[in-house]
Amino acid sequence: MDTPSGGLVRSHCVGTTAVVYASDYLNKLTGEKIERECRRQLSCGCRALVIDFSDTKLVNSIGISILLGIIDVAEKSGARIAFSEVNNQTVQLFEMLGLTRHVVLAKDEREALINLSRFEATTPVVH
Amino acid sequence: MEPSTQKLIHTFGALADLGQEIAGTGDFNEMVRTSMHLLLGTLALRRGAVVECNGPGPLRCVSIWGLGDQFFSGVDIDEPEMKAFLAGEISDSLVQNTSSSNPFLGRYREALAGEGIELVLPMIVRGEVTGLVLLGGKASGEEFSNDDFDTIRAMVRHIGVGIHTHRLLEQVAQRAEENRRLYDELRAIYRDTVQAFAAAIDIKDKYTQGHSERVGRYSEIIAREMGWSEEEVEGIQIAGYLHDIGKLIVDRDIINAPYHIDAKSSSELNRHPAAGYEILSPIRHPYADIPLMAKYHHERLDGRGYPDGLTDEQIPLGAKIVSLADSFDAMTTDRPYRRRRSFEDVVRDLRESSGKQFDGKVVAAFARAILKEVKGETKERRVTKMLGKGYLEGEQVATLLTDLITDLENEVTRKSATAQTT
Repeated sequence: MDTPSGGLVRSHCVGTTAVVYASDYLNKLTGEKIERECRRQLSCGCRALVIDFSDTKLVNSIGISILLGIIDVAEKSGARIAFSEVNNQTVQLFEMLGLTRHVVLAKDEREALINLSRFEATTPVVH
Repeated sequence: MEPSTQKLIHTFGALADLGQEIAGTGDFNEMVRTSMHLLLGTLALRRGAVVECNGPGPLRCVSIWGLGDQFFSGVDIDEPEMKAFLAGEISDSLVQNTSSSNPFLGRYREALAGEGIELVLPMIVRGEVTGLVLLGGKASGEEFSNDDFDTIRAMVRHIGVGIHTHRLLEQVAQRAEENRRLYDELRAIYRDTVQAFAAAIDIKDKYTQGHSERVGRYSEIIAREMGWSEEEVEGIQIAGYLHDIGKLIVDRDIINAPYHIDAKSSSELNRHPAAGYEILSPIRHPYADIPLMAKYHHERLDGRGYPDGLTDEQIPLGAKIVSLADSFDAMTTDRPYRRRRSFEDVVRDLRESSGKQFDGKVVAAFARAILKEVKGETKERRVTKMLGKGYLEGEQVATLLTDLITDLENEVTRKSATAQTT
């Protein structure tokens, strides 16, 4: 079941993977909420994160910086991260800036979960 | 969309956001943190810090991202290093550029590289280094391009201006605070001087010691009850302290005469309001109309006062207040030729003199202020203290005051109705 956290961020867990839903515009305000939620999920023991962009139309510079911060935290926790249902324009932006070198891009949440579960099955979690 | 077009749009968006952030009036640290995020997000950098410097000495980290919290503690900058930053090219700011002549990089190259910092740029505003921006870890893994340098330079300059503006605003605020403190000190000195004058005036009259100070305090209480501003209340208090300053030129024997004085002496004594005006006029008081309040504190509404025989509307309200405070103190303190009057007697006198000697609205305000004290509705009991123990006690005091207020307010209503019909 989806749980709104911090007022606006929806998230839910599938096994040890947390799925966090980004809002329509990823800026400072919404980005920080997503970051808090991702940190919370990681500190609760999640080993993988899916950030779902199905509602997201636009990501600004601060949004990019915050996503890089989430990637950093996830890497330091030994967790993997996937972005799902990212629109074409945002995919181009992520590719141009090099974010796609650090995350798995999946066409939807289901594909992201499958990708990450494959990774989880083969890679021991480093704490 | 072409990647180059998209990059341009992304960068423009960031620059617009940065400008808005820097022009904002929010928290300084938050402004720097957001600005740094914008810079990092524009080029997808994973590490960054903004450090502030106020001339040579220790550097203060204002914002840090992707680096340890202790990063940059104990790092300082000296004069030659600052000069090198001022004169240097952007290539001199690349940490891995070992041919850079920048001595700061020479000193900290290893530590910076160890933390993944690749670029150390000065924020230069009006020919001064206001701080440094440290960057590193392009998410793409690529090296910085010339376009990146252009973007970074523009954004770093913006952040530098933001820091510089913040400093200027802080300096202005500090100076304003300092000026306010100095002004308060000057006002305190002025008040102390005026109080000393009041004491000097009263010393001349052995029967009315403390009179000027009490008149000042009663005037303040009345004005406050009438809703005057703090500034105006302070002003009228000063006027009360100084209302009898003209007595300094009156013969001590006349002031201290233990009986009713003759016409000649009375005329001499009656010169004191005008003399007070002459003394006070050349002084630049921080409050308005103090000389006029001293001059007209013996005027009456019916025109039978002095020095000018003014009537109701011609008398400044401040003078009416001081006049009431002066008479009230005269009635409630012992004089050489009589004991002070009972409160009941004073209230009766005030009622009868309202509209002739005193302004009914001023008397009503004073009565309301005293009634609040009597009913225990005020923290301080200032009038009670000045009148001494026992004077305002007894059940009839509140009734007397309530009746007086009602009478005077009815009178005001009646007058205003009459004025409207005519």
